[in-house]
Amino acid sequence: MSANPEIHSSVSLRSCEKCPLHNAANLRRLGVNTVGFDHVVALLGNPNTGKSTVFNALTGLRQHVGNWTGKTVARAEGAFHHRGRTFKLVDLPGAYSLFSSSHHEEIARDFVLFGQPDVTVVVVDATRLERNLVLVLQALEITDRVVVALNLMDEARRHAIEIDVRALSRRLGIPVVPMAARQGEGIPDLLRAIEEIVSGAFVPHPRQVNHQSESLERALSDLVPQIEAEFPHLPNARWVALRLLDGDHSIIQAIREGTLGNVDQMERRAMPSLNRPGLIEET
Amino acid sequence: MSAMTLDQLPQGKVAVVQSLTIQGELRRRLMDLGFVPGAQVEVEMRNPLGDPRAFRVMGSVVALRREQAAGITIALSEESR
Amino acid sequence: MSPGEAILSRAATLRSEFGAELSDHVAESFFTEASAITRDTVQREGERGRMTLDRTIDRVLTSRALGFPVMFLMLWGVFWITIAGANYPSSLLAWLTMDVIHSWLHTAADAILLPAWLSGFLLDGVYLAMAWVLSVMLPPMAIFFPLFTLLEDLGYLPRVAFNLDRLFKWSGAHGKQVLSMMMGYGCNAAGIVSTRIIDSPRERLIAILTNNFSICNGRWPTLILIGTIFLGASAPAGMATLIASASVVFTCILGIIFTLLVSAILSRTWLRGQASTFSLELPPYRPPRILQTLWTSLIDRTLIVLWRALVMAAPAGAVIWLTSNIEIGDTSIAGHLVNLLGPLGWLMGLNGVILLAYVVAIPANEIIIPTILMLTLTLSITDPSLTGMASAGVMVEFEEGTIQRVLSLGGWTMLTAINLMLFCLLHNPCSTTILTIWKETRSLRWTAVATLMPLALGGIVCTATATIARLMGWV
Ligand SMILES: Nc1nc2c(ncn2[C@@H]2O[C@H](COP(=O)(O)OP(=O)(O)OP(=O)(O)O)[C@@H](O)[C@H]2O)c(=O)[nH]1
Ligand SMILES: [Mg+2]
Repeated sequence: MSANPEIHSSVSLRSCEKCPLHNAANLRRLGVNTVGFDHVVALLGNPNTGKSTVFNALTGLRQHVGNWTGKTVARAEGAFHHRGRTFKLVDLPGAYSLFSSSHHEEIARDFVLFGQPDVTVVVVDATRLERNLVLVLQALEITDRVVVALNLMDEARRHAIEIDVRALSRRLGIPVVPMAARQGEGIPDLLRAIEEIVSGAFVPHPRQVNHQSESLERALSDLVPQIEAEFPHLPNARWVALRLLDGDHSIIQAIREGTLGNVDQMERRAMPSLNRPGLIEET
Repeated sequence: MSAMTLDQLPQGKVAVVQSLTIQGELRRRLMDLGFVPGAQVEVEMRNPLGDPRAFRVMGSVVALRREQAAGITIALSEESR
Repeated sequence: MSPGEAILSRAATLRSEFGAELSDHVAESFFTEASAITRDTVQREGERGRMTLDRTIDRVLTSRALGFPVMFLMLWGVFWITIAGANYPSSLLAWLTMDVIHSWLHTAADAILLPAWLSGFLLDGVYLAMAWVLSVMLPPMAIFFPLFTLLEDLGYLPRVAFNLDRLFKWSGAHGKQVLSMMMGYGCNAAGIVSTRIIDSPRERLIAILTNNFSICNGRWPTLILIGTIFLGASAPAGMATLIASASVVFTCILGIIFTLLVSAILSRTWLRGQASTFSLELPPYRPPRILQTLWTSLIDRTLIVLWRALVMAAPAGAVIWLTSNIEIGDTSIAGHLVNLLGPLGWLMGLNGVILLAYVVAIPANEIIIPTILMLTLTLSITDPSLTGMASAGVMVEFEEGTIQRVLSLGGWTMLTAINLMLFCLLHNPCSTTILTIWKETRSLRWTAVATLMPLALGGIVCTATATIARLMGWV
């Protein structure tokens, strides 16, 4: 699929950076053609923060966007090419947290946890930063390779909300890119941040939340080695242990069935079947 | 401090979440939405038929039916009394 | 015991040691940290004013007195603009495609000595069907879809969900069913997929089974057209557009009523269960970008729907032409079929042509009106008063009520028009939607229910209206 210059024709041309031509010079949108990629980038974020808008801007695809929560309900994949590297980009359903138990949120969580993306871009709503940051902090428990896309900056400006982006980036220990994805603003910076992480030019030193609980740490040090022994390829045993301590049904199920870590199988499990003879009687 | 549940919060008053009496999946969900102990809440608006109501919490607006709101214990904050 | 089970049982032991506080503690520590960071990096001093404005708007839009009236007026306004705006472009397109180009094509066909049956098949069958689709559907879609997308981008849809929730709670449905219903207003297949946001299988099934009561892109043009040429045209001059749009709004509201009733019945019978929870985030109002919205809705909705309709119209046109030109005895196949379906059509306050059109249009709802018009026209060729129209220069004066004239000659009354609108709301989903339902449920039984239940309802409702209208002597 080709780039759609018309879509960006109304982008303000205040600076060269925002100019679609500058952007297009390095970015080649590859649509659904995801064969032979070098890196995988996942788009995580609260519902309605503009993940699909970012996805569409980078891949040239047309995921449904609209101002309400829960538009994306399944994983969508696309690809783009940027300065010699081909990326597979994965648009995930909106998730309030990585703890959650609703199945479309599980799709998001399982992909970040087990799909082993090279970079996880957490798209956050700049006007609702506090709650959005919770998801960023949770993502940082799973992986270091996180970029925050501080989206909806135009809305933040309209509401006279001021954000100290550098301080935020310092506190989190990861890149924070202010953006207005619908206007194409900040896309080149996002690409640069992604590139810096995959090339190793930027090494994140993420902030890990201190749970300040000795008993928790003791329990973790008990469980984590066991999990690591059983599932040696698992990228984040600590998180799995935390979820087990919380009694997370889908993780328990995955361990029981041996599908832990297999994104596709877990995804299939996540959808409760509607074709069960017992459905009517049981409810 | 007078303890009450969120469904009793009058419009125009600010309160602080004390605890969640709801258990299970919904408890998790409400916490994810920002209803955690210590969070400030106020009534943003109500449905034309009275229920559900929408609450402002953590900078966003979340609509809850009365039954769910009743599972959240709150205390009116000082400034609003 | 397998190593997996060993881990699980160890975890269970630890979990019971700590109790529920542990998970709360973990969840809270994320919030504590997030709050601390926000406090240090975000300044919201200037925000108050804007927020007060949004809140004021919200309180009006959801207030006891104005909540529902505003919703109604908003919908009415959207259709009013659509109908008023589509009128002229539609007649222009009809004149262009069916008069100018059509006769030009015939001349060209004659010049290259194309046999009459072939030019008839290609030009009066395939081409005309596509021309009908283009002129009847493109203008209303090109106005309606962008308007709807603007409302969607503004953030109004979740407010509608908020306003309607009380009714949905009564019906025993999940609060989020309203959102999948909203998706259904674009496309039922998309609406069915979006029911995945509903966790409980019981409530998800209810949402799937009732999604067809949301009028989809393919059906809006039918309603708009029938509303315009019948209900609108019968109203006093000056009121025509208002009445026409009101009839479309009414049909839409009727769809919501059916959604609620059917959900209520299902949740009290086969899919019995507790009304579950509702937590919905209401997004802030975001001013839409008008030009971009116009552009994307043109590409993503209008052209896609139009393309699908055109692709479906071509074979439908061929079938219509063939069935109305191949004769068995001294009546065409289509004539036989129409006569066969006639009694059932009469019972339902419709006619044989409409029912046959619905059979031809099973693959896509979009082409119903073009199919009806073509069938009515070709079958009336024998009627001397219509011969002029059915030949080369088919629809000359579109805006002068030609369609209405065609249909009245086809025996249409106000009852036919109203019942067609009802049947448009209440009939089987299109083939794509049926396939999607099967994919989502993997159950033949539920797919069959979702397909046949609306059809049965349509039969019952139409028969009831027709019978009442006849008993009261209205027709
Ligand atoms: N003003 C403004 N609006 C934006 C921006 N980015 C996205 N939007 C709008 O925000 C809304 C949500 O965007 P989506 O891309 O659908 O959000 P999402 O995160 O994919 O949402 P879910 O799939 O529901 O989780 C849409 O109406 C977009 O047009 C932005 O930078 N500025
Ligand atoms: Mg999305």
